[in-house]
Amino acid sequence: MRLLFLRIAFVFALPAVLVAVWWVASDGSTDVYWPPLRTILETFPDVWTGDRLKDDVPPSVLRLTGGYALAAVVGVALGTVIGSYRRVRAVCEPVLEFLRAVPPPVLVPVIMLFAGIGDTMKVTVIASGCVWPILLNTVEGVRAVDPVMAETARSYGVTGVARLRHVVLPSASPQIFAGLRQALSIGIILMVISEMFAASNGLGFTIVQFQRSFAIPDMWTGILVLGLLGFLLSVVFQLVERRVLGWYHGLRASTRRSS
Amino acid sequence: MRGQNAVLGAAGLAAFLALGEAVPRLGLVKEAYFPPTSRIAEAFWDEVADSAFWSALGDTLTGWALGLILASCAGIVAGVVISVVPYLRETTASTIEFLRPIPSVALIPLAVLLYGTELRSVLLLVVYASFWQVLIQVLYGVQDVDPVADETARSYGLGTWARIRHVLWPTALPYVMTGVRLAAAVALILAVTAELVIGAPGLGARIAVAQTSQAVPEMYALIVVTGLLGLLINVGARTVERRALAWHQSVRGEVAV
Repeated sequence: MRLLFLRIAFVFALPAVLVAVWWVASDGSTDVYWPPLRTILETFPDVWTGDRLKDDVPPSVLRLTGGYALAAVVGVALGTVIGSYRRVRAVCEPVLEFLRAVPPPVLVPVIMLFAGIGDTMKVTVIASGCVWPILLNTVEGVRAVDPVMAETARSYGVTGVARLRHVVLPSASPQIFAGLRQALSIGIILMVISEMFAASNGLGFTIVQFQRSFAIPDMWTGILVLGLLGFLLSVVFQLVERRVLGWYHGLRASTRRSS
Repeated sequence: MRGQNAVLGAAGLAAFLALGEAVPRLGLVKEAYFPPTSRIAEAFWDEVADSAFWSALGDTLTGWALGLILASCAGIVAGVVISVVPYLRETTASTIEFLRPIPSVALIPLAVLLYGTELRSVLLLVVYASFWQVLIQVLYGVQDVDPVADETARSYGLGTWARIRHVLWPTALPYVMTGVRLAAAVALILAVTAELVIGAPGLGARIAVAQTSQAVPEMYALIVVTGLLGLLINVGARTVERRALAWHQSVRGEVAV
């Protein structure tokens, strides 16, 4: 019981102190750009309830989910193919390295040319940025499949889809998840940027709108919402990862204990 | 084997460039949207001959390098302090986990208001984004310290500073290097993004101008430049990493024997 209490204290102590410091330090602030925390929190419910919550948050989240899912499917599929054949990998590697090195946000203007400024553009931008870490990590993961296991599977006649499902993908999954995690933060960045460029709704659009109309406390609430969204998504990701990779973390913990 | 891979890689690259030339020429994609490779190459040479391009490149690199240095120093110092001072790690864990996933682009509006299109607004974004990469790696690295080595150092009466210098730092260095390498890539992304969205001088701003003025081949040429820059940074960071850790591998090798 005491231990639990102590743990809770550790988790909440510093955030509480930081918020308190922010509150006190900004309380009498007359600086336009740094409004008191009190004002920001008072503005928060006015801005982020009702229509705005309905009109701006779901479109952003849907675009992100769409682009991210597309990138995951394409990345894992292509990565598995490229990783499985040594020659294909050698041919593709330099091109892939180059494409990965292009900072994803510069793709926004290019994709705007092709796809206009609608939702297709945003989903494509998100997908095209997220796909590289997933693809390259899948290639690495598929390449690193334990050769003994691969041989055993082959000699038992496990081939084709079964081999993919039971041997290749599970053993590559820790790497694939590392790629998915990197892609998540890139995805959020691209979601916001594509909305800042050209949109009529969405979080990025709204925050820039606030900034341009000098609604500073509203802009701060927008930053807070983006922060919360980023935090929430990373928590969801961790939960999913723990479920899917439970066997792997368990395995690692047990080998560490026995070594 | 290596030579063969290089040949195959070159063939892949050549095929990629040829595809870029053929697709618009055959009319599969409108040339106005996706110019053939040769047009992009032409625009690339025009850019290289232009002095404004070089000053933009300089601006981007300045933002990148300054931001990376600031973030690395801050990340290393914060990481070591957090892991050396008792209880600090437990108390900061939740805050770090909360602050880290906040997308740095959320700070764009704030940066615009505070610093306009100055270098400082680029730095704000770059430092915020790369700081976490370094910090997390330092924390992981310090966790990896061999408890026996640490206890030995303690029992020989090494002070905190000497223990940081001789036990903690060598163990954490490979992790720090990985952190800095990741941060270098992130810093470039954020530097170009800041220029693109905010309009701070640099390659990103030049891309934005090329886009609004319908100079499509120039835009592609500039994007290729940012890609090459990213490639160069990746390769460079890997080389530095290998150099800096050469002693480390050898030391480890001797211990293992």
